[in-house]
Amino acid sequence: MSKKLRTRGHRVVLNRSAGGDAGIIFFLIIMGAFMFIPMYYAIAQSLKPLDELFMFPPRFIVRNPSLENYSDLFSLLNDAWVPFSRYIFNTVFITACGTLGNLLLGSMAAYALAKMKFPGGKFFFKVIVLSLMFHPTVNQVTHFIILSEFRWVDTYLAIIVPAMASTLGLYLMKQFMESFVPDTVLESARLDGASEFRTFWVIAMPMVKPAWLTLIIESFKTLWNTGASIYIHSEQLKTFNYAISQIVSGGIARSGAHAAGIVIMMIVPIIVFVINQSKIIETMGASGMKD
Amino acid sequence: MSQGKQSFAERFLGAVKAIGAKIKSGVLFVIGKITGIFKKKKDDPGMIKDPVTGEMRPIARETTRRQYIWREMKKNKVAYLMVGPFLILFFIFTVLPVFLSMILSLTDFNMLQWPHFKGISNFQRLILDDEIFLIAARNTLIFAAITGPVSYLMALFIAWFINELPPKIRAVVTLVFYAPSISGGVYTIWGVLFSADSYGWANAVLLKLDVISKPILWFKNEDLVMPLCIVVALWTSLGTAFLAFIAGLQGIDHSLYEAAAVDGIKNRWQELWFITLPSMRPQLMFGAVLSITQSFGFGTVVTALCGFPSVNYAAHTIVHHLDDYGGQRYEVGYASAIAVILFAVMITANLVIKKALSKVGQ
Repeated sequence: MSKKLRTRGHRVVLNRSAGGDAGIIFFLIIMGAFMFIPMYYAIAQSLKPLDELFMFPPRFIVRNPSLENYSDLFSLLNDAWVPFSRYIFNTVFITACGTLGNLLLGSMAAYALAKMKFPGGKFFFKVIVLSLMFHPTVNQVTHFIILSEFRWVDTYLAIIVPAMASTLGLYLMKQFMESFVPDTVLESARLDGASEFRTFWVIAMPMVKPAWLTLIIESFKTLWNTGASIYIHSEQLKTFNYAISQIVSGGIARSGAHAAGIVIMMIVPIIVFVINQSKIIETMGASGMKD
Repeated sequence: MSQGKQSFAERFLGAVKAIGAKIKSGVLFVIGKITGIFKKKKDDPGMIKDPVTGEMRPIARETTRRQYIWREMKKNKVAYLMVGPFLILFFIFTVLPVFLSMILSLTDFNMLQWPHFKGISNFQRLILDDEIFLIAARNTLIFAAITGPVSYLMALFIAWFINELPPKIRAVVTLVFYAPSISGGVYTIWGVLFSADSYGWANAVLLKLDVISKPILWFKNEDLVMPLCIVVALWTSLGTAFLAFIAGLQGIDHSLYEAAAVDGIKNRWQELWFITLPSMRPQLMFGAVLSITQSFGFGTVVTALCGFPSVNYAAHTIVHHLDDYGGQRYEVGYASAIAVILFAVMITANLVIKKALSKVGQ
């Protein structure tokens, strides 16, 4: 090879021109700015005291950061019909129950689909994949009819129970188990007399921890962001996200409190993701669709 | 003598018969061999296509396929117990609503009275009489046709570029791109950036530069709502598919690239087309399904930013139309017809794209 080899770390870099690298970095900076600026602006808005919120032209830099907006948000929500803590409780409760249920039911089903051969299993998985191909909003009207038949409308169950059977988590879990749980290990556990359920719980589950985390964040992000729902009418059962969306309608004077609400909403999923990032990406490696 | 002659004739005939029989058996043997090759797999009663694994396997002659399946089902009782709880909920809350929509779309159900069968009149009304539905259908198709492919390509290329970065920087950059999609209602900040008064950042900049003399009503302007909503939708779209691409890229064996360089791959684009994309085809497929599905479901973003209904229905999508008739007017039969059409469009788009993607790099 006549051309000089470029290296990056200890690795030889092939087929990479310096111009191309520069182009990529330029592109990433532009796109990164597009993604990041609104996020930053939300944080900046939430820290601006009132006089800075009304400044013309609006600034990206906060001169005297204050937590005024956060205390504003709490007092605003406390004056509401329902105490503020209630909205938070609803969101946390719905998220925790739905996510836990989805993790248990989803991974149990995923184990059976990935590691046991039984009539109907392949067909069931095909239906699961098909269900990923349409957006659940399409079902909302008939979903409502079914929930009202169960008399679940306006209860926590209306949100929690359907979330337990969310298919994306099951799909990812099944693909991950197929690639990362070796059959031989399960076989030897079975030979030692472990029941199928015990094999699943004691042998397979600890091996797929990265997939749990992925299932958790997928379920978490949907449930945490539950807003106004057509299945919930009573104010006592509404979520934090809903409460914040109500603040927006208060106009410019409330924009600081609104931004504070947004920041609280976004900070939790982001922290969950940051802690688990490497595990989640590991799971996604097995996510592919084969046919 | 005559006896001897006879016996000679007999012996002669006997010999001819014997040879004939040998030839016949030989020919039959050969024919049998040849046809056997083709026949054996299909008709041998000793073999069955295993309904579980899909492989050919021998079974006892007296067992029918049905008995065999029943035996396998009994043997795997535990599997059904494990799939059961999920399956039941999935059936009630995902499968049943789809079929219920299909049935109700043929009726005039309104939540109060017993439904009457109306044939395809709901669909006729949708296509022939409902002008707003046609606007919604157009907007939905524009929305999906832009956000679907653009968000898919954005996710793919950004993931590909990020993959070139050192691991620590990569983790941070991944977060920057992924964060908007998990942060729920954070897209409402776009309503502040593009707010209708001069406190909105976009208006302030334009006013300051004297491009405009009075604030633009961004989300209340018929010509601007669609492009703006598309931008915001794209901003929130780098979700699960994006992560799947990052993971797919990291999973590719580095020695493939070295071998490719020796084989004459000259630049990163050739590398992408000939090595990278074929190696991550399963993730490409998975990402496509998620992107397409997502591109039809941006209704909440539009509602949060433009209100409902949007100005002069300029950003009205099929999802909004469904909301309108199902959630507000309780014309469930009609809403179901809308749902069925949307469902059919989503599934068709997905299957077509999946077919096309299976040819990448081949």
